[in-house]
Amino acid sequence: MTTPRTLFDKLWDAHVVTPESDAAPAVLYIDLHLIHEVTSPQAFAELEARGLPVRRPDLTKGTLDHSTPTLPPQANGQRPYASDEARAQVDRLRENCSRFGVELFDYDSPQRGIVHVMGPELGLTQPGQTIVCGDSHTATHGAFGALAFGIGTSEVGHVLATQCLLQRKPKTLAITIDGELPPGVGAKDMILHVIGVIGVNGGTGHVIEYRGSAIRALSMEQRMTVCNMSIEAGARAGLIAPDDVTFDYLRGRPRVPHGEAFEQAAARWSEFHSDDGARFDREVHIDARDIQPTVTWGTHPGQVSAIAAQIPANADSDEAKARDYMGWQPGQELAGRPVDVVFVGSCTNSRLSDLREAARVLRGRRVHPRVRMLVVPGSEQVKRDAESEGIDRIVRAAGAEWREPGCSMCIAMNGDIVAPGQLAVSTSNRNFEGRQGKGARTVLASPLTAAACAVAGEITDPRPYLTTEPADHSAMAELETA
Amino acid sequence: MMQPFTTLTSRTVVLRERNIDTDQIIPARFLTTTERKGLGKHAFSDWRTLPDGSPDPDFPFNRPENIGARILVAGRNFGCGSSREHAPWALADLGVRAVISSEIADIFRSNALKNGLVPIVLDEPVVDELIDRPGIELQIDIASQTVTLPGGTRVRFPLDAFARTCLLEGVDQLGYLLRQAPAIQRFEESNQRSQRHAR
Ligand code: SF4
Repeated sequence: MTTPRTLFDKLWDAHVVTPESDAAPAVLYIDLHLIHEVTSPQAFAELEARGLPVRRPDLTKGTLDHSTPTLPPQANGQRPYASDEARAQVDRLRENCSRFGVELFDYDSPQRGIVHVMGPELGLTQPGQTIVCGDSHTATHGAFGALAFGIGTSEVGHVLATQCLLQRKPKTLAITIDGELPPGVGAKDMILHVIGVIGVNGGTGHVIEYRGSAIRALSMEQRMTVCNMSIEAGARAGLIAPDDVTFDYLRGRPRVPHGEAFEQAAARWSEFHSDDGARFDREVHIDARDIQPTVTWGTHPGQVSAIAAQIPANADSDEAKARDYMGWQPGQELAGRPVDVVFVGSCTNSRLSDLREAARVLRGRRVHPRVRMLVVPGSEQVKRDAESEGIDRIVRAAGAEWREPGCSMCIAMNGDIVAPGQLAVSTSNRNFEGRQGKGARTVLASPLTAAACAVAGEITDPRPYLTTEPADHSAMAELETA
Repeated sequence: MMQPFTTLTSRTVVLRERNIDTDQIIPARFLTTTERKGLGKHAFSDWRTLPDGSPDPDFPFNRPENIGARILVAGRNFGCGSSREHAPWALADLGVRAVISSEIADIFRSNALKNGLVPIVLDEPVVDELIDRPGIELQIDIASQTVTLPGGTRVRFPLDAFARTCLLEGVDQLGYLLRQAPAIQRFEESNQRSQRHAR
């Protein structure tokens, strides 16, 4: 009998070109390399300096997302870039892709999107693959049972030139979440809760496999939200074994095999699961019934609490620093704190189901006059799908802004920023000091919570909004006639 | 293409905070560059200035006695967050050649090593002592994997054998990978990946 292997072991073993030894790391083959404008220019420059081609342009795909404006082009056709440098960076990726023969999903592509939204949507992301990108949220693709992780720019160069990376085998951490999530509690609450339990460095050196009945019950989009934030616990990758939910999501997507070939591929992909008895280096068990609507209160994604909780009163020095940065008082109730900005978007929560959740709260209601709310679809496809359901109208009727796809306020390098001292409730993945703009304060939340906070103008539990009727009938009427 | 790195003697500059993420090391608004150089002036941008925009005289990297310090000592879980290699580029541009902490995030560590910046993990009590004594002179020796404290005490730090060779010999990792081309070719052929994954 062969030794039982974890999902991670199977993915690793299938991609080892040269095994690791004490003296050298393994050479690991990469099946899909996603690139964007921010972390690739210096890598292409390195290839150019050495006179090297891209080894597998067919396995390399580019998109524009990070420094791209989310306001539409102006009358003269120019896009409103935050700076000339940002424009130059986008132009550089275009030049590099055309020079090296890499397919780029440019502005004119109906499929352009945030790199981690676009890959799965096109079916470029498939179970059993190794996927890398110069972006730490590459872990998102692990939701398909692919070993997907973020790399630095030197490594982007390594993959462009050799389609391989030098890697030491990481350890494995199984996080098993059983039981049913309470109503009004979603994937974002789940992953924030998990990071709160294991800590921002709880996954360092490990690849996480998420397992258990609560994970199985999630849709593909929800699974992506969970895997996306693995890096916020320090893990480079998060994995979920593929199943029928995965195959149903992929079937018919533009870049997967079609017909019989798809079913054959699915049969092969089904082998990517952890065998019974496979050993993990560490295991953590979480009961889904313990999870409530969860937000961050501090300045890293491990400083989380239920919305119903209070700001820590007896804080250690790091907590006290975070509390001061956020402008909270010790022991203060989190609920009821006034909110200035709400952002629904980012590769964590900008897919159709996320926008539907936000719209479910916004429908027939108005964003509080104090609040500026941005809703930024993750891709052109998401934008079209949402518009065909009227989500854009619900968003606009509520007084929020409906934008073009991109990373936007998640990283705040395209001009979409939160002003110093303002409090933003955001569906993105990082609440670091200044992440959304210098001096900006960020509370991470689910799309439901974010939308509820926008309407209330303060931090609030979204659940009452799911059971009560909208009060603002004029907004409702405006919507009907829109 | 990297300079060999054998020993380093320098005073320390200390940032005692834990979980210093790469957004603090180099905020995203400076990532629109297409160069590797010149990011030092933006390193810790949001920590270096007072609200009126003038340099904060108390921020460790602004203090005159720290100019030229090549060893950064920082609180636990240094370099977490984004995969941006701009973080080690910015530190290297400031002249930093080594970071000492009780825990260093995975991607930062890997990025740092590719830029001649040594990530050194020591036990928390040792790091705490270094944090409490900013500006002391340390000696780092890569071959013996030791840090020598002012009294002569030597502390060993873990270093991957490959990383050690790369530092000592200035090994060019891309060059190393390029030399694996025959094995990569065989792998591609045996897996027929060219067919299966071509899109
Ligand atoms: S949305 Fe945010 S986390 Fe996701 S790829 Fe863009 S910048 Fe990175």
